[in-house]
Amino acid sequence: MNWIYEPWPWYVSGPMIAFIMFLLLMVGKNFGMSANLRTMCTICGAGNKAEFFKFDWKSQRWNLIVVLGTVIGGFIASHLLSMETAVAINPETVADLQSLGFDSAGGAYLPTELFDLNTLTNFKTLTLLSVGGLLVGFGARYAGGCTSGHAISGLSDLQLPSLIAVIGFFIGGLIMIHFIFPLIF
Amino acid sequence: MRTVIYLLIGILFGIVMMKSEAASWFRIYEMFNFESFHMYGIIGSAVLVGVILVQLIKRLEIKSFYGESIDFSPKDNVFKRYMFGGLLFGLGWALAGACPGPMFTLVGAGYAAILIVIFAAILGTFLYGLLRDKLPH
Repeated sequence: MNWIYEPWPWYVSGPMIAFIMFLLLMVGKNFGMSANLRTMCTICGAGNKAEFFKFDWKSQRWNLIVVLGTVIGGFIASHLLSMETAVAINPETVADLQSLGFDSAGGAYLPTELFDLNTLTNFKTLTLLSVGGLLVGFGARYAGGCTSGHAISGLSDLQLPSLIAVIGFFIGGLIMIHFIFPLIF
Repeated sequence: MRTVIYLLIGILFGIVMMKSEAASWFRIYEMFNFESFHMYGIIGSAVLVGVILVQLIKRLEIKSFYGESIDFSPKDNVFKRYMFGGLLFGLGWALAGACPGPMFTLVGAGYAAILIVIFAAILGTFLYGLLRDKLPH
């Protein structure tokens, strides 16, 4: 059973994600995480500001429970199912990141330069995390889905719009890492 | 009972996101640098198995656990919203290193700073709702 404490290989993780999508279909629901962000807006009263948020959020209660489970799963995985959480990325990637100032590369799960609580007093990190989140939320709703809704659910159903969205995800990601990162780090 | 099922599915998803390292900012960076097969393997094998499962459901007309038929709603056949929205999402995904599922996983893993990303993502969703009628779809 020692393997469970190690990082899981792609050929275990990928099929398990498909299995999660399958389970949700089998209980009559759909796999899509970003829809919850819209539900949260509605709960906060966004329906008074835009038609888009006027819907019965209770119809999405099941998805919020999935989110709650996702939080609990993160706790279980990191506190009970892991000895070591440092991510063994490619040594070339580590060298590359260190040259950008990410000394935690290869020695942590998330870069401490961005996610350590001390960095939250830093205006730059705070801005980067906020802009990143803002784009994720805006883009996911504009595209009608995120990695789970388009890349997994949509592609599994051979939906052309999802393929366009996934191509968009990758163009955006490549622009960020290859053209914008050198400017901001 | 159904609530417990949703919760268990979520827990499984959270564990997989964390243990697969798909919730790691570093893995996303590495993916966009094409320096590891890991993330491509995860997404690729998930889609491969997903296609087979969806085809099985459709061809064998498999019913849900509650005996209802499983419907797939085709998405609108337009281009702009998927490309533009996808592009913006990709920019954010690479910067924050987390998409909407893993974000919540990381809260449970104890990374409090991710709450800023989540809060901003909710705000981004709200902004989309406000600007929706003015955007090309």
